[in-house]
Amino acid sequence: MYAQLVKSEGAKSRDEMSPGEIAFQERIDRGEKIEPKEWMPEGYRKTLIRQIGQHAHSEIVGQLPEGNWITRAPTLERKAILLAKVQDEAGHGLYLYSAAETLGVSRDELLEKLHSGNMKYSSIFNYPTLTWADMGAVGWLVDGAAIMNQVPLQRTSYGPYSRAMIRICKEESFHQRQGYDIMMKMCAGTPEQKAMAQDALNRFWYPSLMMFGPSDKDSVHSAQSMAWKIKMNTNDELRQKFVDQTVPQAEYLGLTIPDENLKWNEEKGGYDFSEPDWSEFFAVIAGNGPCNAERLGARVKAWEDGAWFRDGLMAHAEKARSQRIAAE
Amino acid sequence: MPSLPDVMTPEVEKLAAAQAGQGAPAPQDQTRDALFEWLLRTGDNALILGHRVSEWCGHAPALEEDIALANQALDLIGQCQLWLGLAGEVEGRGRSADTLAYLRDAGAFRNLLLVERPNGDFGHTLMRQFLFDAFHIELLDAAAASPDARIAEIAAKAKKEVAYHLERSADLVIRLGDGTAESHDRMQKALDALWSYTGEMFHDDAHDRALAEAGVIAAPSTLRAAWDRTVGQVMAEATLRLPGDVWQHGLTGAGGGKRGVHSEHLGYILAEMQFLQRAYPGATW
Repeated sequence: MYAQLVKSEGAKSRDEMSPGEIAFQERIDRGEKIEPKEWMPEGYRKTLIRQIGQHAHSEIVGQLPEGNWITRAPTLERKAILLAKVQDEAGHGLYLYSAAETLGVSRDELLEKLHSGNMKYSSIFNYPTLTWADMGAVGWLVDGAAIMNQVPLQRTSYGPYSRAMIRICKEESFHQRQGYDIMMKMCAGTPEQKAMAQDALNRFWYPSLMMFGPSDKDSVHSAQSMAWKIKMNTNDELRQKFVDQTVPQAEYLGLTIPDENLKWNEEKGGYDFSEPDWSEFFAVIAGNGPCNAERLGARVKAWEDGAWFRDGLMAHAEKARSQRIAAE
Repeated sequence: MPSLPDVMTPEVEKLAAAQAGQGAPAPQDQTRDALFEWLLRTGDNALILGHRVSEWCGHAPALEEDIALANQALDLIGQCQLWLGLAGEVEGRGRSADTLAYLRDAGAFRNLLLVERPNGDFGHTLMRQFLFDAFHIELLDAAAASPDARIAEIAAKAKKEVAYHLERSADLVIRLGDGTAESHDRMQKALDALWSYTGEMFHDDAHDRALAEAGVIAAPSTLRAAWDRTVGQVMAEATLRLPGDVWQHGLTGAGGGKRGVHSEHLGYILAEMQFLQRAYPGATW
């Protein structure tokens, strides 16, 4: 999940709603899509901007941990695949910023909020990618967790977001498969490669569980977002689904999930597992993860160093426009 | 200490080649060796430039640029796979594209000095790309006309990609050259800094001449006029001044990427690129 702790606006009981708000809620309940020019409650619009914006930021910051290994990819084919994947992430960022623009916020405004620390990106990208196996673990676990959340979001109530999600999901499932393929190769490889794979799982397991956000009992913003179909499932539901899907995949690889309490629970038809350390999660969200400073610093530097480039293009476009007008 | 004259005259080069066991090869062998060299040069240009371009991933000045650069790097790595794959085939010693990319040391790389230049600011990166693209398209055009179908096929495929690279880099050079005072100044500085590395692209050596004589592919010097035209037109539109007749690296003495004598930068590129293959020899990834 690339959106965590998204603050939801305007939670209202039915008695407090205006006739317009009631009609809006009824459209959503009927499964209708809301389109950009249509009336929507201000809270719906603001919450969506936060969520889509955070998701977009996650895609572009998410280029960095994987970009970290492009120049060191072990074969030409792996290099090409990783490049294609990171290019996809940037493309997802582009769709999502465009979806957010339909709600009346520009990409530059959203980026300004990211750079000033007023908007977040997913906590997962503040963890370092230390070995090649991390490229496998990121694809398998991080993209796997993202898909868990994004597949239901294809049915989200806001039309442009839903359509962006449909395209994104197609690519994400390729990403997850390529990650798992790296893990399979590593696990069938030399003892050092297998150890690298296990180490990557050890480091990425709990941060991946954190991607779904805090436990339902501590998640204050879920109810309104779920009523608006901006959020389709609770954090705990998705986390459980992710664990249930991932455990057999780890077993197939011959890897051990780093959780002594992991156990199949026949009664609930799912695994029991340990909660991640939520104090670490909140520390990372607050800016104290291992790579927060580098990740945000890299994005701010790219933006600032690129100002002359963007200004140059704008100036040229302006000159060309004046010349056209003069010629007419 | 007296200064030492340059001892690498063409005669000495021949003697040295003979001593290295390459003396007076049969004509087919000579063409094969020259073809192997040409394929390494073409494949290594794509590999090293692709590497440099991929260094921008996530750091470009606009999201569209991140996407375009990744795409370009992807094209170049794909082309490198084809050229180096064919190089291994022509060499006939069982080396794959990966073996050639990951297990040669710098001295065995044959890329131009231009493509290993550091990225610098985005203006340098774009100018390097444009100067190379304008050459690359002519090179591929010549290669697509080769009677050797293996070369012609790869060149025809690569040409489509490179035509787009050139369109994009020329467009950006024009817009930034004729943009703000700052963007103009940065593009001019980039052009001035990189111009000394353009002569190497058109310098014919014994291998180039052997291939031209055998009718396999036209010599690099024949591509110059078309490149001059493209570069001249684009720089005029970009309001940038051509540096003219300045010193060119890689043409004299023992230097030059085509001969395997690189700048210090290539060693670092390879240290990074080859790290996993070197640290875990024989592993499958």
